[in-house]
Amino acid sequence: MSEQASTPKAGSETPMVEMRGVNKWYGDFHVLRDIDLEVRRGERIVICGPSGSGKSTLIRCINHLEEHQQGEIVVGGVPLTQDVKRIEQIRRSVGMVFQHFNLFPHLTVLENCCISPMWVQKKPRREAEAEAMKYLERVQIAEQARKYPGQLSGGQQQRVAIARSLCMHPEVMLFDEPTSALDPEMIKEVLDVMVELAREGMTMLCVTHEMGFAKTVADRVIFMDQGQIIEENAPEPFFNDPQSERTRLFLSQILGH
Amino acid sequence: MTIQREMIPARPAPGSTIGPIAWLRANLFSGPVNTVFTLLGLYLLYLLLVPTIQWAFIDADWIGTSRADCSREGACWVFINARIGQFIYGLYPGSEIWRVNLTFAVFAALIAWLAIPRLPFKRWVAVLTLVAFPLLAYFLLYGGHFGLRVVETHRWGGLTLTLILAVVGMVGALPIGILLALGRRSQMPIVKSFCVVFIEFWRGVPLITVLFMASVMLPLFMPTGVSVDRLIRAFIGITLFQSAYMAEVIRGGLQAIPRGQEEAAAALGMTYWKRMGLIVLPQALKMMIPGIVNTFISLFKDTTLVMIIGLFDLLGIVQAALSDSRWLGFALEGYVFAAFMFWIFCFSMSRYSQYLERKLHTGHKR
Amino acid sequence: MSVRPQARPAGPKPPFWRDRAKRALIFQLLLVAAVAAFLLYIIGNTQANLSARGITTGFGFLNNTAGFGIVQSLIDYSSQSTYGRTFVVGLLNTLLVSALGVLAATIIGFTVGIARLSPNWLIARLANGYIEIFRNIPLLLQIFFWYFAVLRAMPAARDSLSIGEVIFLNVRGLYLPEPLFESGFGLIPLAFGVAVVASIALVIWNRRRHEATGKRLPAGWISLALILGLPMLVLVATGVPVTWDVPELRGFNFRGGITVIPEFLALWLALSIYTASFIAEIVRSGIQAIPHGQTEAAQALSLPRNLVLRLVVVPQAMRVIIPPLTSQYLNLIKNSSLATAIGYPDLVSVFAGTTLNQTGQAIEVIAMTMAVYLTISLLVSMFMNWFNARVALVER
Repeated sequence: MSEQASTPKAGSETPMVEMRGVNKWYGDFHVLRDIDLEVRRGERIVICGPSGSGKSTLIRCINHLEEHQQGEIVVGGVPLTQDVKRIEQIRRSVGMVFQHFNLFPHLTVLENCCISPMWVQKKPRREAEAEAMKYLERVQIAEQARKYPGQLSGGQQQRVAIARSLCMHPEVMLFDEPTSALDPEMIKEVLDVMVELAREGMTMLCVTHEMGFAKTVADRVIFMDQGQIIEENAPEPFFNDPQSERTRLFLSQILGH
Repeated sequence: MTIQREMIPARPAPGSTIGPIAWLRANLFSGPVNTVFTLLGLYLLYLLLVPTIQWAFIDADWIGTSRADCSREGACWVFINARIGQFIYGLYPGSEIWRVNLTFAVFAALIAWLAIPRLPFKRWVAVLTLVAFPLLAYFLLYGGHFGLRVVETHRWGGLTLTLILAVVGMVGALPIGILLALGRRSQMPIVKSFCVVFIEFWRGVPLITVLFMASVMLPLFMPTGVSVDRLIRAFIGITLFQSAYMAEVIRGGLQAIPRGQEEAAAALGMTYWKRMGLIVLPQALKMMIPGIVNTFISLFKDTTLVMIIGLFDLLGIVQAALSDSRWLGFALEGYVFAAFMFWIFCFSMSRYSQYLERKLHTGHKR
Repeated sequence: MSVRPQARPAGPKPPFWRDRAKRALIFQLLLVAAVAAFLLYIIGNTQANLSARGITTGFGFLNNTAGFGIVQSLIDYSSQSTYGRTFVVGLLNTLLVSALGVLAATIIGFTVGIARLSPNWLIARLANGYIEIFRNIPLLLQIFFWYFAVLRAMPAARDSLSIGEVIFLNVRGLYLPEPLFESGFGLIPLAFGVAVVASIALVIWNRRRHEATGKRLPAGWISLALILGLPMLVLVATGVPVTWDVPELRGFNFRGGITVIPEFLALWLALSIYTASFIAEIVRSGIQAIPHGQTEAAQALSLPRNLVLRLVVVPQAMRVIIPPLTSQYLNLIKNSSLATAIGYPDLVSVFAGTTLNQTGQAIEVIAMTMAVYLTISLLVSMFMNWFNARVALVER
């Protein structure tokens, strides 16, 4: 199915993320309906859909920022339960990038990157900083390390946020509309970093409307509407020959002009 | 490849997550610590509410005219009943009370007009309230014209005086506050420093020293032989004090208006006063209303301090009634009544200001 | 024609009343003239009034004997003392009730403010009830309530309420046992000092170790145990060299122990409870001002809940909380002047009240009183500017 870039490391081992029959309600609102999803290691998945379709909620369930009420979620072989220790264990192996960056404004870029290695993984500052600099270089922002987030542009902030997640050595990265709060000229610098990351074989789940990104990088594209997965396919058939009427409508709306 | 042809219909949430039981579990008993807190809270509520209700309602005396009717163990509201006229009107002569009532009726109508969002002509009603109403109130309350008997200010008291003090302080402070706020933002160094010193001075001292100053120093400032009515002295002190706080609220509102507004007005060829009066202030005032209501609430509470310089506002007159030898020992009833009156006014005003703030916030986002 | 570049646009000079700079100058001169004229008028009137009443101006009266007693004084004072000393006594009493009020209001305010955000519905509602009730009732009324309706309604000395026969409350005040230190007690403050120094050293060492190796100890808990435990240990080891002077009923009154006058209690209670309701609102809105995304990002970085609060939420919330908090402290200090309504001998009551009435030196007395409050306000706002400059978030 995947024709692009690197191949998944091994299809036989346990899936990175597994969701079975997941349901979630906000009060009476049924926001996720019978979600079944399996993400293999090294796989890149793009999730799209109209706003309010539950796509953000879906990936936020994976690191338990949202709680699901029915069904089963297993991350890296660890089932997600109410157990606080397990939640922390899962969050250590799952990196997340937010729409609004959510950098800590009272800490410098470098401190933002070191906070989790130093306090959670209990690394010495020197080691944590050296590693953070390595990742900041990779997202090409090392020269800004001593600045505060408020001094950076949106694109720069988002790249710092990616570096901050990478400092934890996550096994899977979640992207929650990482480019939708950015000015057009800054979208590319963030997407470049994400493409680079994909090329290195990172398991990724991206909620995004960047269809160019989906075409170049994704192994699978998922279309969601009204809290359910409507269509799930490799990018080429997904874009060229969408099966469902809703998918067709959605694609025509976002690619139409 | 997966394609979902049939849409899954929305199902109701499982019973364990909605409904009253789930609500209780989520909000009151979500864990052992939470359960302990809930039980402690319930116990505290029991300790506070049961004796209060017992005292204020179940064991209370309601009807009667004299001390002898206070026979039961709880509160004796007869005391309040007997004194209610004084508490509200002070020593205003009984036959003239319609004048107070009329004044407040007019005032309430004006304020209601201003507070209800849908009614038109807001600006004219505001001008009416700030300019015409004070004159009307003066002629009605003090009298001496149009065949109305003069009622000396020392007869004014109770809730009436509290409201008069608060409204006069407010109406007087608004224009001074606007000038001070504009002055503080001015480019002219002398004007600016004068306003800064003036504002910071009044904000730095307690109201009580201001009232002391107004009552003992003001007579010294006047030409020999001129005496100023005690109430006027309190008005002057309160207005100066309040204007400094008002200036800061207005400055906050002015700062919230983007610079572009003033620049656009200047580009249209407006002079300073036109830019302020037509463009900046009308927008800023709208944003300032919650802040203005909040300072009004604190002024309303602060008017109680005038009893220290010998005026009988609501608290002052309750306090005076408590030392009446026929009605000794009803301090609790007196304070509870006064607290209730103040609370009703302040709470409803603060709710209104919160409502405005919410409206302002959403109005700006969308 | 000048060769040098002109600071002002060239062209025909406008008449001076249309020249912007001159206009500003004239306007300001007019303002100065008006203020000066007003002041001269007032000063003239005042001098005439004062000479008519036979009052001499100046601060000489501060050296005269006051001739009145003060019920509570932190320094030696008798009716033979001078008016100058009444000023100091009043000032110290103001500072005492303010300091204790700030302490209590902070504790109550933070507790209620955090309770207001509790996920427990009942606790949050109770905290909200506290806030809405106490901040909407005038402070003076609350002071009267505690003083006249509660403390003045206490039983006489003979029927005092008591806790374990060591603490007594009656219409004359609160009587607490006073610790009397015997020889050897000096070791206990010493032990306390050692524990504090050791804790500070531990915290610094722990921080260095954390930076160097990534490992850390629960230094906060260890320090707490040290600071509480070490003095206790020494206390027991030295055989408890403290005796308590327990107040005792002799005749119509209590003797011994520490007496807290009801005026102080009422003022302190009312100030603390009233100000706490405002502080609680500040704390609540300060914590709520931190966007939820900050918490989520910290959680996504797998920080445990206590670290999310300590490293991300609290440092940001404190920036929002501290400026309005200091202005509440300032309000509390200014509001302590309501003491005069129940006769607690604070600065306003003793100095701007009794001293002013006895000497008639209105201008000097009011000026001195206001100067005290202005100085406090100035110091606090200087602190606030310094603090704001220090913690301001760096932005573009």
